[in-house]
Amino acid sequence: MSTTIEIRSAPHIKTQRSVEQIMRNVVGSLLPVCAFFVYQYGVSALASLAVVTAACLATERFFVKTGTQSGTLADWSAVITGILLALSLPPAFPLWMGAVAGIVAIALGKALFGGIGFNVFNPALVGRAFVQAAFPVAIATYTPSFLDGRFTSFVPSTLAWPLMMPADTAAWLQSLHLDGVTGATPLAKWKFEGVAADPLQLLSSLSGHMAVGPSPLLILVCGAYLALRRYLDWRIPAAILGSAGLTAFALYAWNPARFPDPFFMMFSGGLMLGAVYMATDMATSPVTPRGMWVYGGLIGVLTVLIRYYGGLPEGVMYAILIGNAASPLIERFTQPRPFGKSGLLRPRRGATYALHPEYISREEAGATTPKKRMPINKPRK
Amino acid sequence: MKLLNFLRGETFARGIHPPEHKHTAATPIRRLPWADELVVPLAQHIGKPAQAVVRVGQEVVRGQPIAKADGWLSVPHHAPATGVVKAIELRPTARGPWTPSIVIRPHAAATQEDLWGVARDADAMTPDEILQAVWDAGLVGLGGAAFPTHAKLKVPPQAKVHTLVINGCECEPYLTCDHRTMVEEATALVRGIALSMRATGAVRAIVGIEDNKPDAVLAVKAAIAQAGLENVFAEAVPTKYPQGSEKMLIMSLFGVEIPSGQLPVSLGMVMNNVGTMAAIGKLLPAGQGLTERVVTIAGPGVARPGDYRVPLGTPISFVLDWAGAPRDATSACQLVLGGPMMGQAVAALDTPVTKGVSGVLVFRREDMAERDDRRTYPCIKCGQCVESCPMGLNPSALGMLAAKREYDEMGAHYHLGECFECGCCTYVCPSNIPLVQQFRVAKQVLRERAASAPAAPAATRS
Repeated sequence: MSTTIEIRSAPHIKTQRSVEQIMRNVVGSLLPVCAFFVYQYGVSALASLAVVTAACLATERFFVKTGTQSGTLADWSAVITGILLALSLPPAFPLWMGAVAGIVAIALGKALFGGIGFNVFNPALVGRAFVQAAFPVAIATYTPSFLDGRFTSFVPSTLAWPLMMPADTAAWLQSLHLDGVTGATPLAKWKFEGVAADPLQLLSSLSGHMAVGPSPLLILVCGAYLALRRYLDWRIPAAILGSAGLTAFALYAWNPARFPDPFFMMFSGGLMLGAVYMATDMATSPVTPRGMWVYGGLIGVLTVLIRYYGGLPEGVMYAILIGNAASPLIERFTQPRPFGKSGLLRPRRGATYALHPEYISREEAGATTPKKRMPINKPRK
Repeated sequence: MKLLNFLRGETFARGIHPPEHKHTAATPIRRLPWADELVVPLAQHIGKPAQAVVRVGQEVVRGQPIAKADGWLSVPHHAPATGVVKAIELRPTARGPWTPSIVIRPHAAATQEDLWGVARDADAMTPDEILQAVWDAGLVGLGGAAFPTHAKLKVPPQAKVHTLVINGCECEPYLTCDHRTMVEEATALVRGIALSMRATGAVRAIVGIEDNKPDAVLAVKAAIAQAGLENVFAEAVPTKYPQGSEKMLIMSLFGVEIPSGQLPVSLGMVMNNVGTMAAIGKLLPAGQGLTERVVTIAGPGVARPGDYRVPLGTPISFVLDWAGAPRDATSACQLVLGGPMMGQAVAALDTPVTKGVSGVLVFRREDMAERDDRRTYPCIKCGQCVESCPMGLNPSALGMLAAKREYDEMGAHYHLGECFECGCCTYVCPSNIPLVQQFRVAKQVLRERAASAPAAPAATRS
């Protein structure tokens, strides 16, 4: 009789899945994307990834230590923020600016709200929005991918001194004597020069010296892996890509001369990264399935509209931030319908057994004399 | 998961599928010997405790009524062994409170056969006689709810029952007592179904069995064919938790949702557990009372797991010793009555096995460690709970309201009353938030407020 027995409340078993495990899996799925990003842009991209992530982790550590926010470094969420932020910045973004972005992302995007789970906006996008406003030139300066010598030397702008303007990348590019290479992204080229790139080349990101971000194809593959393992909800990327594609297609069908091919819209810029990894941030997206469709649809439409009619070539960031802001409201109007609250008794098609015929006749009889024998349960207001 | 369900056939929406751990599914039911002392609590059912009709020192034979029902929702109890009444006193129960119990010391030399009952022709009984016989047998739902069976089989005057649904799902991990009952006592089960159909006036009966028990489906089908019943069906349904819930199984079989706040009888259905039906089929023709039940003794901490026929009133400590559960000071453990998803943790080892106990599960310290060592995070709104809630609630929002103690809001706008505490949300929560535990507290607070509410407005008005 020496056994110590413990009393707890059911359930007495749990899944293996924990917050850390979810976050670790997301980081793991981002590694191939990061590897290809580094392959595209060399040591500059590698340094950018390392510095931004380190800045995020250091800031997270500071706020956790001071007790300002909940969570731990071990939950891996700051790593995700760092990696996503670095992937959304130009590969040769000055490192000190990247560090600023990382600090702002965690401090203003996360610690301010109380830490993991409490943030209203995606921290990575808060950081990016900040540097977009603070360093508009640097964030618009992309370098072409697959440059010779990218693994041996940094792009000059990467190593700019803190608080100094970075070196002029355009002059450096010209010094490399690359014909026909400019620093503009495909979206900027389309917006300001009216030249749209081939969507298939964009998707694979393997063609020549294009100034694109992380490979959309790779992101799609890694995201599909996460969705199959149910670490992210497939509805959100599906809704974003679907609604962005449909909006772009509607405009393209209306005026093909002015608006580009919808596939160009879907595969260019940060849409894929945003749709798969940023909009699906659990804390800042709705939890209700119908809410996810609304939220994704909103982001997709907004992205295309901002790209076409806004002042910037890129629109995903603001679209997602607006979606984040709208998400509590969306959730409020898309609460799931509780079981048995419909007030209708319509058997699902293909059910094994039918209700008894006499019962059905009673229900129909109840329709003429309502709320007598079969009170229909109205949802409480 | 969704895709998988599509391939396997539809059930109800959402739900989970925890590891089954049905290690005792192939082992036949064994009989547990009689303990030195059997404790029969007078409240083994919902409703008022029964009244003792024996006195201390009286000799009883197995099957003899020792307590009579007190009210409609109360049932009589029968002596689980031939012996002497040692005491009638307060004893602890598994749920904590001490309740009046009859303590019986079995005679060591007795053969322990059922000596009381008189066999009768059950097939000649009228529906009312069947109901009375079920009541006299002291039957309650053996699935765990312990709702008196006669009250369940009694059709309300304004309703009409067409279909008897028999719950053979047993969706909880570890439990196999219903499974073994279906395999070994299919004939009694079918007989019980036929009697219950007569009692309720149902014209057909459907046994829903999860497809992880193919041998049970075959056994029940064979027994139905042997009995020559044309309107009794055994149906395999895809395996999923919590299919053992009335509403979920009816959704799986008939594709309809029972309207919120109503019972299956409003759709012309009555649902019972297979164990209860088998007990009816066995006890009614023999004219006996319920003196024993099948209990699954399993879990990682049990050396000889299995399904045992346990005399009611056997102390849990005796059951554990017999099944080989370690009892040393280093392996602090948790004992669960019922399944791991909805079962009740035992408060004391000297509490008895009662009519509602379907399983005794033993978890060692190291089995619990994995869950205990996990950090609790704030809700990250991953939506896993929304994806798993079979009632279509939003446990994420409910949990955040519960943390702020906004219980009225939970009840008024988030349908807290629909929650039947299956625990799916807590099972899947990666943040380790005790969601269903919070909901239990919230429901209790709301119940207490509702109970004290009528007094409050009157006071303000006067």
